[in-house]
Amino acid sequence: MKRCPTCNRTYSDETLSFCLADGALLSASEDPQATLTLPSSQDPQETLRIPASQIPQVTQPSPSAPKTTALELRNITKRFGDVLANDHVTISVMPGTIHAIVGENGAGKSTAMRIAYGFYTADSGDIIVDGEVRDIKTPHDAIALGIGMVHQHFMLVEPMTVAENIVLGAEPGSVAGLDLKKAAAEIRALSNEFKLSVDPNATIESLSVGQQQRVELMKALYRRARLLILDEPTAVLTPQEVEEFFAILRNMREQGKTIIIITHKLSEVLAISDDVTVMRDGRVVGELKTKDTNAAELARLMVGREVLLRVEKSEAKPGDVVLSVRDFSVTARDGSRRVDKVSFDVQRGEIVGIAGVEGNGQTELIEALAGLVDPARVSGRVEYLARDITNANARTRKEQGIAHVPEDRHRRGLLLDFNLAENSILGIHYRRPAVAGLGGILLNDSGIQKRAAQVIKDFDVRPPNPELPARALSGGNQQKLIIGREFELEPKLLLVSQPTRGVDIGAIEFIHRKLVSLRDAGCAVLLVSAELEEVTALADRLLIIHEGRIVGEVDPKQATTEEIGLLMTGGKG
Amino acid sequence: MGVRGRVPVKSFSRPLTTKSMKDIFTLTLILSTIHLATPLVLAALGGLYSERSGVINIALEGLMLAGAFTAAAVTHYVGNPWVGLLAAIVAGILLASIHAVACISFKADQVVTGTAINILMIGVPAVLSGAFFLSSGSTPQIPKENLIPWTPVILALLLVVATYYILYYTPFGLRLRAVGENPEAADAAGINVKRIRYTGVLISGALAAIGGAYLSIGQSSLFTRNMTSGRGFIALAALIFGKWRPVQTMLACLLFGFADALSTQMQGVIDIPVQFIQMIPYVLTMVVLAGFIGLSRAPRALGIPYQKER
Amino acid sequence: MKLLRQLIFPLIAVVAAFLVGAIFVLLIGDSPVETYRQLLGNAFSWPDGIGYTLFNATPLIFTGLAVAVAFRCGLLNIGAEGQLYVASFATAWVCILFGGVVVDVFGQPVNYSIVSLPAIILIPLGCLTAIVVGALWGAIPGFLKARFGSHEVINTIMMNFIAVALVSYFTQYHYKVPGDPILETAPVGAAAHIPRLGKFIPGLPERIPLNLAFILALIACALVYIFLWRTKWGYEIRATGANPTAAEYGGINVRKQIVLAMAVSGGLAGMVGINEVMGYRYRYYDGFSDNYGFTGIAVALLGRNHPVGVIFAAILFAILSRGGIFVDAFTEHVSKDLVQVLQGTIILFVAAEAIFRGPFGRFGLLKRSKV
Repeated sequence: MKRCPTCNRTYSDETLSFCLADGALLSASEDPQATLTLPSSQDPQETLRIPASQIPQVTQPSPSAPKTTALELRNITKRFGDVLANDHVTISVMPGTIHAIVGENGAGKSTAMRIAYGFYTADSGDIIVDGEVRDIKTPHDAIALGIGMVHQHFMLVEPMTVAENIVLGAEPGSVAGLDLKKAAAEIRALSNEFKLSVDPNATIESLSVGQQQRVELMKALYRRARLLILDEPTAVLTPQEVEEFFAILRNMREQGKTIIIITHKLSEVLAISDDVTVMRDGRVVGELKTKDTNAAELARLMVGREVLLRVEKSEAKPGDVVLSVRDFSVTARDGSRRVDKVSFDVQRGEIVGIAGVEGNGQTELIEALAGLVDPARVSGRVEYLARDITNANARTRKEQGIAHVPEDRHRRGLLLDFNLAENSILGIHYRRPAVAGLGGILLNDSGIQKRAAQVIKDFDVRPPNPELPARALSGGNQQKLIIGREFELEPKLLLVSQPTRGVDIGAIEFIHRKLVSLRDAGCAVLLVSAELEEVTALADRLLIIHEGRIVGEVDPKQATTEEIGLLMTGGKG
Repeated sequence: MGVRGRVPVKSFSRPLTTKSMKDIFTLTLILSTIHLATPLVLAALGGLYSERSGVINIALEGLMLAGAFTAAAVTHYVGNPWVGLLAAIVAGILLASIHAVACISFKADQVVTGTAINILMIGVPAVLSGAFFLSSGSTPQIPKENLIPWTPVILALLLVVATYYILYYTPFGLRLRAVGENPEAADAAGINVKRIRYTGVLISGALAAIGGAYLSIGQSSLFTRNMTSGRGFIALAALIFGKWRPVQTMLACLLFGFADALSTQMQGVIDIPVQFIQMIPYVLTMVVLAGFIGLSRAPRALGIPYQKER
Repeated sequence: MKLLRQLIFPLIAVVAAFLVGAIFVLLIGDSPVETYRQLLGNAFSWPDGIGYTLFNATPLIFTGLAVAVAFRCGLLNIGAEGQLYVASFATAWVCILFGGVVVDVFGQPVNYSIVSLPAIILIPLGCLTAIVVGALWGAIPGFLKARFGSHEVINTIMMNFIAVALVSYFTQYHYKVPGDPILETAPVGAAAHIPRLGKFIPGLPERIPLNLAFILALIACALVYIFLWRTKWGYEIRATGANPTAAEYGGINVRKQIVLAMAVSGGLAGMVGINEVMGYRYRYYDGFSDNYGFTGIAVALLGRNHPVGVIFAAILFAILSRGGIFVDAFTEHVSKDLVQVLQGTIILFVAAEAIFRGPFGRFGLLKRSKV
């Protein structure tokens, strides 16, 4: 195996001595020398202070790099309303490499790549494909230039077949007739070449998430994409599926494809990529060779300071059982069983975490416990403070002291067009202090305002204006509003799902501290999060869910990530 | 939209004065069913193109009225029903383009926009007939030789077959379905979502207008105020009942056509006040809608404007 | 500032619709200036102009409120027309049944009633009938939506046709005075008549049918405002309209809200019967509604689904509907149906207000807080 030291292209032909792409002398070694000038990655504080205008110069490839990039973003700036999503972002991706772009939620990774794919248009800056400045206005333009993208949320039409999805927009045959047979044959050929096993005639609905992802890859390959952009491709995969997936990616690289992978998981960056670009707050803060860096350095760059996901908390002092779940099952509308005979307890003064790959029944479990699932679709028994609440509705549960922070704040948690004050009484709008007079029919404005002011103050909701519609708040502040509203109920049991999704770092810490203090005040907390780090840091006991079943319980202080990961995939238990 | 002015259509099955129950179920009933189902099939197919692309088309009623009026007016002036039909199609497309611009480009509420078009179409034909024909909402009679009683029937049948083929065996059909289910995915695949939706809505205008034209220059021989009397809405219900699929939708239209034909045939035979017989198609629509909507899965993006952050 | 923002789009929509209407009139071959002078110019004279305008506005306030309440719950009630027909007929029926001896069209005293109630009982009873029957008729499509998920727009339309057929049947076969050439019921008892405002307002002759139902309409506006924004029920209805899944999360029974909102909406539409039967014609007259139910949609949308906006929008459309008669009479080609054209165009422009947001948004005045 020979590798080009400048572009990282690899050649299995040992007789070659020059890189076919840029003519550089090939090195026989597996460890080529890094040739790019890197920004100072030693002192991340230093990088922070570099003015935005200078960053492009820092990250520009050195003149000594002679070859053409597969894709280059140069000085890309993009604003969404008041938010500067990309601030002079410059990223260079060499052909035949796997290039990771890492950063926290909201760092601007996806925005930059969506610009490259034509989903957004940049306010300023250039996109250079294979050495030429290109005008990419729509995905159509990007596809024509050989760029493919696999989005975090799959872009698949569920009731249609694999073949129909793959050919969509690039249909074989004529205007008058679709040649799906030809398409199927081509898909099979591609499937073999890249070792993706996908049945072209299956409908998307019938496929597993991992298979759906392969359909996405196939879509790009079918369009002769030479450069693939993958946005958080592993978020929905189990560790085993991730391994398989990485094997596919390596195989693609061997075949000469260039791959950009957006992720916030550092272990994956180190496992798969050749180069890394680190983004933070819409800017590029580091560009490194993977082999020259390590997790700690990347984490520092990403966060801008030492990572501290360890939550300060004392030992839990669990008391009486508050929630007792026995043989509890939830069936979806389509008849499939989402939660399968789970049994567990949650006690006063403890946080019980539920870890699992997303889509393994966590959502349904929490919604059912909150009373949001039709009683006809649940079975088993749920006791709350020794009372049977299996068939109680959401309102009754809330009245009895069960608060719920839902996983999707826009769908469930907020009335986006209502103002903060009105949102602060959702769920208690029919009782004191929200109502007064005429036997509790009339809303009580002063009571509502008082409640809103309390939530805004205690949970630092900004801007602190109760007349503002909830829509006008940032994600973090919306989340604080919901959590504040639920905490204000002084619950005895809190069901909380993805409490920090899409929330900025400062708010995450704030929310974590609030959760621990609620626990210390004697509340029982049931926490679901897709972030393994978050559940292990917060939970006193950790249950692992897989395919709707609780497959194990571990002590989060003792258990290793590998151990939990194995349980999450149903490997043991 | 208006609820008055329902004209019983009897041109093909003039009921005899002395009829018994036995006489109702005859060949006439079948023919009458086909004729009464035809405008529904045409309008429902139109609705199919629009709704499969993700745009609710509650304006079918107004589009039919536009087609009916234009066809009758132009046929009256030109003396040629084919020119009238063509003009109706043009009028339908023009009116549908208002719906398309409002809903697709300006992201207006699709139901409200459709309602606006329906109200507009109570007024426009009335004003025009007042101005051109000095009547309060009707066009002059068209001589019998200038009517097209059969062509739209055959056309409707052909269109069902064609729509089936287009929907499932052409690139356009694939794109139309994709855009109605998941516009983002279609966009990501390089498809121009707006263009597909525009096409779908404009086709719906053309087809609904043909359906309307059939009412005025096929079944009867003039345009009268609100002569669609809710057929656009019944077509929409048939589309839902037919699960947004062409063949099933046609069958649903035949069912509604049958109910209409039956009610026409029953008049003067059974001792039931005419008002109750007139209610049959409407009651049936509600029953069908309530009973079968749960089994029917709408295109997932139906009614949702495609908003792309830029 | 906030008020200005609320007003600006409806105003622009009206102006734009009038421009479109002017082009339409021009194409037909009449003078837009003259047409609009006829359409709008006769509304402000005292007492006839103002009196009739407010009289015409009364049913539109009721139907506008009806559509607005449903809209706040995320429902489009196109069935106000059917609701008001059924309710009006029922009101007449009750007021005949309990109204005592009346004088029929031929000047003969007849008694269709089973008992004669005094005004103090019969008037509230008549009002209640209008509200309850309208509410029941409206609740049916609400129930069908809540229970089966069938779209309220189709169902309300279908129920319009059914309502019209039903009341026409009852009128024709059961409550018509034999020999009366017009499709109308016998007159209601005198005890059911509610006073015309001319009784109380000097200078307003009693021949102008503006009656206490107008005051009732204004009261209804205030009550709807209190109901929607100041009670827990209104909160639940609005929450359901704003985001049904979040409402469900907040312990609100979404299906119940849909039925309730449609019932309230139907009840408001039914109140048209009070104006029509008890305040104006004193009988049920088949086909009396000048598309009140559909105009209600335009009234609600133009009034931004707010009771105060509804009053102003109703007055505007009342001016138009009366002006239509003058247009019919005094212009050469254009008929009163122009009003319908204007209505449709106004709804279209209000619905697609983004058309105007582009050019004006730049100045910040019309920018939404944050989208």
